[in-house]
Amino acid sequence: MDLLRGLMLGQYVPVDSPIHRLDPRTKILGTLWLVLVVFGIRSPAGLVVLTAFLAAVLLVGRIPPGYALRGLRPVFWLVGLAVFFQVLFGDSGGHVLVRRGPLVITRENLVAGAFYGYRLILLVVATTLMTFTTSSVELTDGLERLLRPFRRVGVPAHELALMMTIALRFIPTLLEETDKIMKAQMARGAEFASGNLVRRARALVPLLVPLFVSAFRRADALALAMEARCYRGGEHRTRMKELRVAGRDYVAAGVLAVVSAAALLPVALWRVG
Amino acid sequence: MIRCEQLTHVYQRGSPFAATALDDVSLEIRAGEVVGIIGATGSGKSTLVQHFNGLLRPTTGRVYLDDVDIHAREVDRRRVRQQIGLLFQYPEYQLFEETVTADVGFGPRNLGLGQDEVHERTRRALAHVGLDPDAFGPRSPFALSNGEMRRVAIAGLLAMEPRMLILDEPTAGLDPRGRQEILDYIIRLRDARGLTIVLITHSMDAVARLCARLVVMDRGRLVADGPVREVFADPARLAALGLGLPQVAVCARLLRERGVPVRPDVLTVDEARAAILDALAGR
Repeated sequence: MDLLRGLMLGQYVPVDSPIHRLDPRTKILGTLWLVLVVFGIRSPAGLVVLTAFLAAVLLVGRIPPGYALRGLRPVFWLVGLAVFFQVLFGDSGGHVLVRRGPLVITRENLVAGAFYGYRLILLVVATTLMTFTTSSVELTDGLERLLRPFRRVGVPAHELALMMTIALRFIPTLLEETDKIMKAQMARGAEFASGNLVRRARALVPLLVPLFVSAFRRADALALAMEARCYRGGEHRTRMKELRVAGRDYVAAGVLAVVSAAALLPVALWRVG
Repeated sequence: MIRCEQLTHVYQRGSPFAATALDDVSLEIRAGEVVGIIGATGSGKSTLVQHFNGLLRPTTGRVYLDDVDIHAREVDRRRVRQQIGLLFQYPEYQLFEETVTADVGFGPRNLGLGQDEVHERTRRALAHVGLDPDAFGPRSPFALSNGEMRRVAIAGLLAMEPRMLILDEPTAGLDPRGRQEILDYIIRLRDARGLTIVLITHSMDAVARLCARLVVMDRGRLVADGPVREVFADPARLAALGLGLPQVAVCARLLRERGVPVRPDVLTVDEARAAILDALAGR
């Protein structure tokens, strides 16, 4: 996995914690709810509340903070871009800090940019927290259960969940395979990281052809293994681990409700309080 | 030729998945040597040899090729990889070209050689692994048998004309005849070209047949290094590491237990034959 280390973000951290033990449905709905809350926050105080909450979840979930921060690295440039555009193209007017030709930087825009950028970071943290604490199997199980009511209107819940499970299951395998083939071709003098765009694109052929061949072979073997175990789709399937909502899920929902209410409180109320 | 000093490698350092694959390994391989590396699965054999040609960077420690640190700034790692050929496990999965000739020529083309030289090297490399360049050259590598595909992959490395050849389980997943053929070609390479060879394998018979020196790895550490006969002289220790003896050595031991005084250090079929005849004559 050496050459592709940068791609390993949002990976499940296999430890035991109260957050890990929550029902995946609670975590999925909770995360969706948090995304809405992040977009609804209007005051810096709300950001502080939410930051404290996410930090607490990180702590309770026993996720190494350094690991969580490293997962954030790829989104930093996105945040930078958001701030940049806000500063350049935000509302005119307000307290001008710098004026150079057409470039005007106002304090209001700078603050607003930082605010939006920080919201984006919170958004990513909230969603990666779910993948840190929920294995892909649990995740798809929860998703399947959540989608089940929509089966009546033609949503193939089980098939979607199965596709997701398989896709998630094979991402690390294919990454490993990619790493191996890259190394094998580098041992034959291939170069993947130099030259212009055309050269680089052409350098991918010795990587992609073996990768596709092996992906098809794996798909074939998987289909055979599933048929050998008499897999026939979702009808009448029972499961070893039934998902059950427990007391802790109600506690989590309660905590989330209180935190989001606090985060969404209008600025005026914070001042009074 | 290759020298490793206190090599340590940690995969995914700084994450919850950090795993130490190599732990303080020091080793020297001299030109012309034929070295076997054995050890249970996950003992760090493959990680170790990937340091030899600079595909992996040591977490700590150094690797020298002819006394030059291969990770020094001015060293071209591609030159290192040309000199140290590394054949990965199941190398047939790296084939990608439309014809065998084109695939074997991939390495030499990457070296920037002229068309004639590439052509010449490709033919030579194919002949070396017993594939007729005229019959096999124009065929698709995906239409060959497993054993043939593997020989094409080996030819792809030989066409780079390396000084040292590292083979990571070159016989894994082949039938007995395929295994035999690959081993025969490796022996021919050793004898005809005087290549330095490093062989990673789970086959003690292959080691006994091919190698003069044996390195034993266990959980990332180098636990034994010496002449093949010496390492095989301690079967109890090998068994504790999850390893065994060559079949003829086992056979000799069973004979001794039945009262036939066969010499204890036989490793190959020829030695065993001589030893058994001696033992029977002496009785």
